[in-house]
Amino acid sequence: MQARAFRRPAAALLAVAFAVLPATGAQAADSARTSGTGGSGSTTSHPSDPLVWGKLLYEEGCASCHGLQGQGIAPSPAIKDSGAAAVDFEVSTGRMPLGTIANQALRRAHSLYTAEETQAMAQYVATLGNGPAIPTQQVQGWENADMALGGQVFRTNCAQCHSFSGQGGALTWGKQAPNLMKATPTQIYEAMLVGPNNMPKFSDQTLPPAEKRAVIKYIEFLRQPDNPGGLDLGRLGPVSEGLFGWFGGFGILVAIAIWIGVKAK
Amino acid sequence: MTPTTPLGRTAVALDERFAGAKGMRKLLNKVFPDHWSFMLGEIALYSFIVLLLSGVYLTLWFKPSMTEVVYNGSYMPLHGVRMSEAYASTLNISFDVRGGLLMRQIHHWAALFFVSSISVHMLRVFFTGAFRKPRELNWIIGVILLILAVVEGFAGYSLPDDLLSGTGLRIAQAIMLASPLFGTWMAFFVFGGEFPGLDFIPRLYTVHVLLIPLIFLGLIGAHVGMVFYQKHTQYPGPGRTNKNVVGYPLLPVYIAKAGGFFFAVFGVIATLGALVTINPVWLFGPYVPNQVSAGSQPDWYMGFLDGAVRIMPNWEVHLWSHTLSLNLVVPAMLMPTALIGLVVAYPWLEAWATGRTGEHHLLDRPRNVPTRTALGAAFLSFYLLLFIASGDDIISTTFHLAFNDITFLFRVLIFVVPVLVFWVTKRIALSLQRRDIDRLMHGNETGNVLRLPHGEFIEVHAPVNERDRARILSNPAIEPLPMPPATDAAGVRTPNYRAKRLQAKVSHFFYGDRIPMPSAEEIAAAQAHLDAGHHGHDELTH
Amino acid sequence: MTQDHPAIDPSRPQAAEVAHEWRAADLDPVAERRAERQVAGLFGAATLLILASVLIYGFTDYNATVGVPLLGDVNVINVFMGLTFGLGVFCIGAGAIHWAKKLMPDVEVVEDRHPLTSDEEARAAFAETFAAGVADSGILKRGILRRSLLGAMALFPLPLIVLLRDLGPAPTHGQLNHTIWRAGTRLVTDVTYLPIKAADVPVGGLVNAVPENLPQVEEQDGTLNARAKSVIIVVRLNERDIIAQQGGTPSAPWDYQGILAYSKVCTHVGCPISLYEQRTHHLLCPCHQSTFDLADAGKVVFGPAARNMPQLPITVDAEGYLIARSDFQQPVGPSFWERA
Repeated sequence: MQARAFRRPAAALLAVAFAVLPATGAQAADSARTSGTGGSGSTTSHPSDPLVWGKLLYEEGCASCHGLQGQGIAPSPAIKDSGAAAVDFEVSTGRMPLGTIANQALRRAHSLYTAEETQAMAQYVATLGNGPAIPTQQVQGWENADMALGGQVFRTNCAQCHSFSGQGGALTWGKQAPNLMKATPTQIYEAMLVGPNNMPKFSDQTLPPAEKRAVIKYIEFLRQPDNPGGLDLGRLGPVSEGLFGWFGGFGILVAIAIWIGVKAK
Repeated sequence: MTPTTPLGRTAVALDERFAGAKGMRKLLNKVFPDHWSFMLGEIALYSFIVLLLSGVYLTLWFKPSMTEVVYNGSYMPLHGVRMSEAYASTLNISFDVRGGLLMRQIHHWAALFFVSSISVHMLRVFFTGAFRKPRELNWIIGVILLILAVVEGFAGYSLPDDLLSGTGLRIAQAIMLASPLFGTWMAFFVFGGEFPGLDFIPRLYTVHVLLIPLIFLGLIGAHVGMVFYQKHTQYPGPGRTNKNVVGYPLLPVYIAKAGGFFFAVFGVIATLGALVTINPVWLFGPYVPNQVSAGSQPDWYMGFLDGAVRIMPNWEVHLWSHTLSLNLVVPAMLMPTALIGLVVAYPWLEAWATGRTGEHHLLDRPRNVPTRTALGAAFLSFYLLLFIASGDDIISTTFHLAFNDITFLFRVLIFVVPVLVFWVTKRIALSLQRRDIDRLMHGNETGNVLRLPHGEFIEVHAPVNERDRARILSNPAIEPLPMPPATDAAGVRTPNYRAKRLQAKVSHFFYGDRIPMPSAEEIAAAQAHLDAGHHGHDELTH
Repeated sequence: MTQDHPAIDPSRPQAAEVAHEWRAADLDPVAERRAERQVAGLFGAATLLILASVLIYGFTDYNATVGVPLLGDVNVINVFMGLTFGLGVFCIGAGAIHWAKKLMPDVEVVEDRHPLTSDEEARAAFAETFAAGVADSGILKRGILRRSLLGAMALFPLPLIVLLRDLGPAPTHGQLNHTIWRAGTRLVTDVTYLPIKAADVPVGGLVNAVPENLPQVEEQDGTLNARAKSVIIVVRLNERDIIAQQGGTPSAPWDYQGILAYSKVCTHVGCPISLYEQRTHHLLCPCHQSTFDLADAGKVVFGPAARNMPQLPITVDAEGYLIARSDFQQPVGPSFWERA
């Protein structure tokens, strides 16, 4: 038995490496941030000028992939014209700095940066080129937007990838359109504006701010546990209904049939 | 001797009008074998009754019209949105008719269970051989009922005119368009012109609430009537033969059990309708042909068709300025037609291969008919693979796989897996038969180890009980038909030689691999041996 | 009580000759009364639950909601009326089944099964009567009657089939091959119908668009037919990323400065698709996963679709708004038999 276990040491090593690598990669990025030892150590005592602070944070956390001028170091994309909105979206959702090795940046449970740090970096990146600013103004007042319009715009422009319920969906070759239930109003607006990753851009001219706010309002509605008919089964449509029907409902009916067929004691 | 009790008087009154005393008495005494797997068809029947009841409620408020209206009901997220009257009235049922949503959910859950129970019932009938003579006609009625149930379910899914159902109709229309020769005409006739038009939902409504339910009533009546008339099949067991029925009388046991089961099924469906959302059409939105949702799926029973369409390569033939869409014709037309044809023809195919003509009232244990069981399992694996393929996008997001890879994989699996399943199932069935014979001849292992005076350890074997013995002995161990001689002794060519040779070959495919049952003498000898206190395999083989 | 329990009428089918195991309720009066109480309890619970469901209906506002753990904010009538009703009905069933299992006779009885075939004599007589009846009618002998009757009968359903003709119009060339796009039709955004300036579409951008006259056409027509064919998606690529287009000349290309317009109707089974990956330039159909490369003339790169996504030739008008240069040059949507 011993001999068999060690017959392919190379394979075993590979398996271990694969199991550990992505995790360590993510941990390296995460711990570099939390311990504050990753760069110059300047993050612990931040300068009063946000641009200077942002530059320091950028050089510490982003420049190794995106270049000191945001020009991008292949395969990482250039971000000098991404604007503050893109930086705020990517960093506040925890997609950047890149964590796990995957075919797309994935949302982290928590961003690695505080809101102020993110702001500082966003402001700094904005100075590198031309890109949209953080749409703080435009998001204002989404609570009063037209939800019915939002639903229509959502189903026309968003549902094809994120599904009717905002639960996300499959893209080609294992990529995914993410679940929208954790996105904040600002992040939703930013995503439409800058088109992160493979998402297309929806400019403010072709999808005016009022319609974007309406979409935010509709997504906020989808986030409510508003289930008049009871358990929503993940709002995945007929697939989860069918699974529940077979293993839940029909299973109970068959169990009753078995009960009827068993002789009483 | 006039009966004096009220019940007795009722019986007399009935007889005085219909002269049915003899027949009705026979009916009350009619015996039904008891087994849980015989209740699967009842689930279908009771789901159907629930469907009729809840469906009538829905018709009171549903408006089958595609005319556009502006919604102003109480569901705020769609306020002021243009939609068809069908969708608006579905919202109305869901939000402004008290308990309307409950009825909708009961109706939809019942529909899922209706198709599920028919399918599982049919599998039971197949694997136990209940379709054999004299019940082949009822098998075909069952197949028709299943097809109708799927069509009826799809019609019901389509009627609310929500985004999901409209997408489904669009696909159905495209499949019509793809039909060679007359497809375009068919699509134009069915939809009253181009898609989506204004005619389809009113037409579908008539089909859904009148035409198909009427056919259902007739066929279900015939189906159940035949079961009554031909008497139910039964599993082998002590005292159960091909010439009797062992079970409980209609009155009181069967009435109480079956009647109680109706209420239990209704109760479970109503509870699900209360607690679990199904088909939340308000979230899908109204159908407009420029919107679609990720994860657009049909209800489960259409899944196998959808899966076949998904994994089909994109073959299209262009000839003489005409288009033949093999990417739809093959998976959505030829494949289901072939499957149905196979299922319908199966009872005759098997009877032909068996070469026997008698009546079969005693069910087979699936292991005792290895080839049939293996064919059924292979069929099931084929169906399940297509079904799983229809969820490739959901699998992709749930398990972080690429649906592209899943699709390529399924294009291979769909041919490989059924063959493997056939082979493995057949081997398992044959092994189970061997074990059965082993238990019959050598008894059950008891786990009690005995040390003999000369020091040998043996395990005590106990004879199998009466029930198992009867079940094991029920193995028909059918032999394949012999190859016909090409010519008889006089050198005259055997009439229909080719057909007979083919029959023998098919018979060999079905029954060539068999475990012969021991003869009566061998069994008796083994029994005597066991009774005499000898135990275990070893002594017997010495 | 217990001794005579399977008090089966001797004229009824006889008990099976199998050793019978008596139930607790057959032997023990205490167990019997317990079973009786259980059944009565189930029926009593059913009564209360069904009454409760009616009360809930009567005393609840139709849109009252309440938060329930796991289920979310639910409609009170749906969940609680349904639950009490469902459980009540279930209790009726469970009571009846429990009654049958515990208290009704559980000795299996045997009924003889008679062959479904009649005896030889009856069968022969039946066959004879049948043959004689057919012979008496003369249908076998009088060929001319038989054939003329068959001819008439064969034609009898014809009028009924002909009457179906007006189910729909005959498909026409125009309907199958054309949409409401014309040269000069402006592209407007879907839902709110805003005209689109070329500069408004950023590289990597996507606009779901329709022809500007769609609202008027729908107003007149009253159907969604025009919409079902004319919806498009507008995307902008870096011009150097465009590998190929379906038509146009260097002086009059089908794109406008990298802005490409494609039909939104999948060429497989007609699902509307705008699932656009801006980095790969791939367009994915959520129905059956057909994937098209918009940078390469809308070519199929994956899935069951066989045809390119049709491209709409576009340019800008004097005011800088995107307009169509013509209708689509090929039929949009799924294939059909008459399509070349």
